[in-house]
Amino acid sequence: MEHAGGRGRRCPAAPSHSTGMLEKIVIANRGEIALRILRACRELGIKTVAVFSQVDREQKHVLLADEAVCIGPAAPSESYLNIPAVISAAEVTDAVAIHPGYGFLAENADFAERVEKSGFIFIGPKAETIRLMGNKVSARNVMRKAGVPCVPGSEGQLSEDADEIARTAKRIGYPVIIKAAAGGGGRGMRVVFSEASLRNAISLTRAESAAAFGDDAIYLEKFLERPRHVEFQILADEHANVIHLGERDCSMQRRHQKVLEEAPAPGIDAKLRRRIGERCVDACRAIGYRGAGTMEFLYQDGQFYFIEMNTRIQVEHPVTEMVTGVDIVKEQLHIANGDPLSYRQDDVQFRGHAIECRINAEDPESFLPSPGVIDHIHQPGGPGIRVDTHAYDGYRIPPHYDSLVGKLVAHAETRELAIARMATALSEIVIDGIKTNIPLHQKLINDAAFIAGGTHIHYLENKLGLR
Amino acid sequence: MDIRKVKKLIELLEESGITEIEIHEGEESVRVSRGAAGSPVTVQGTAAVGQDAPAAALNRADGSTARGAPAEPVLEGHVVRAPMVGIFYESPASGKPPFVELGKAVRQGEILCVIEAMKIMNQIEADASGIVSRVLVENGEPVEYGQPLFVIRES
Repeated sequence: MEHAGGRGRRCPAAPSHSTGMLEKIVIANRGEIALRILRACRELGIKTVAVFSQVDREQKHVLLADEAVCIGPAAPSESYLNIPAVISAAEVTDAVAIHPGYGFLAENADFAERVEKSGFIFIGPKAETIRLMGNKVSARNVMRKAGVPCVPGSEGQLSEDADEIARTAKRIGYPVIIKAAAGGGGRGMRVVFSEASLRNAISLTRAESAAAFGDDAIYLEKFLERPRHVEFQILADEHANVIHLGERDCSMQRRHQKVLEEAPAPGIDAKLRRRIGERCVDACRAIGYRGAGTMEFLYQDGQFYFIEMNTRIQVEHPVTEMVTGVDIVKEQLHIANGDPLSYRQDDVQFRGHAIECRINAEDPESFLPSPGVIDHIHQPGGPGIRVDTHAYDGYRIPPHYDSLVGKLVAHAETRELAIARMATALSEIVIDGIKTNIPLHQKLINDAAFIAGGTHIHYLENKLGLR
Repeated sequence: MDIRKVKKLIELLEESGITEIEIHEGEESVRVSRGAAGSPVTVQGTAAVGQDAPAAALNRADGSTARGAPAEPVLEGHVVRAPMVGIFYESPASGKPPFVELGKAVRQGEILCVIEAMKIMNQIEADASGIVSRVLVENGEPVEYGQPLFVIRES
């Protein structure tokens, strides 16, 4: 079957900083991050194509985009996760690149590969890098080789030999945590406190991993009992320039979901930041990393331990943007265009302190999602206040996707002042029509341990009485 | 009037020797004109294509359609909608006769058209039987998921 084509064939654009900027990109995501990407595109003169599901027609970024294409029904598998639909939308609109945002297809190596094979630029790392970091065992190996300290654990994935596994666990020292190689983000994990429960825990975790990720490979790590979650932001271009933008503390979590984040991490001195930052940069250079990325660590007793790398933009990127003045999304677009990074490591300065509260459409006590119509939203303002939200009066939050309504960010000269600014902003913000976790954030911002700084990753759940 | 139609007009202008095209569609109109040789093609429209639309769209509370959805005329009969994003083709190959035409009787399962997505030609089948009473898209036109393609007057 052949067609000469009723329309001109798109010529794949070679990224080149000498020929200007990407002309048009597809934003393959939704909600607040899609709006964030659209805003960066607008600043750089990049035309935008919004792809959306049938229930997402009224999203703010869809209404603002230069072009909009409905790619499927509400179900994510048939829309935002539908690779042919997304790529087809890029074809029919003559886009040159696709930005995957976070979640959905952002860390899907097959997607990245098919995008590039179809002649488009994938705004992110190469497919093989995504694959490498997506397997948590190979990621650990790569980092260890590059001199990045890792959590003590098994050398690679576990064999089927139960005795060997028991010996490994003993060497590491209980408690240990079993993790799925294909997992990540808190999924596919189980803690084992003694050898007695090891065998069962291994079988269960293998089965769950096979079911959830299609791969039953697992590995062991030492379980750290009261670590903080501290992650480093990386930017790398196609000319072997790699820099870090400092760290974020994301310890305030519930069920492995971050609730509140801040930059810099309280109590980390400049020398330690520089040392770990340099290790991260070396590792990324060694693997030929491209784009924005985040290396996640557990930090306990003054030691950093690498756990995993996220090969995408993260939800909490605004706190880094506020303390460094770097626009990470614009840098992603520049990198995809083949431009060198806009900053050298020496140019990166850290000024003040930033805190971000994730505002979710959920019951503040039961945490049950609360989709529905936002009757009225009133955003706070004033110096050092930033609000990243796609919500507006009359916007209907569909029930099919995550509950993130927006991010409230406060920046000030010191952590104390940033907390004060956030408290004020939380008292001003109004979201009527749905339930939100604003009351929870108000509790946290006044919490003595939070104000003192350095709470660990189980703190919030302990406080909420969930453990 | 959506941006794809405007783009088509610009292409038509550039391919032909015409200096100016103006079309009217209901209350909207667009004029595309070629300036002096080398100067960019200018587009003037009375429809809100771009900056003006968002403010109006965001403030509405009456549930009227957003800019993303072209205003749909009321279609009587069974509407066959695109099950995927891609390019609509009316015939199996250029030069060959179209699968269906206005007035043709079709049976459920019969092929109505092809939608090309990612270099694959997908045959789209009728999901009802009857007479083709409307053909809503043109050969070579990009279509989005759910876009109405045909109306079948069911027998």
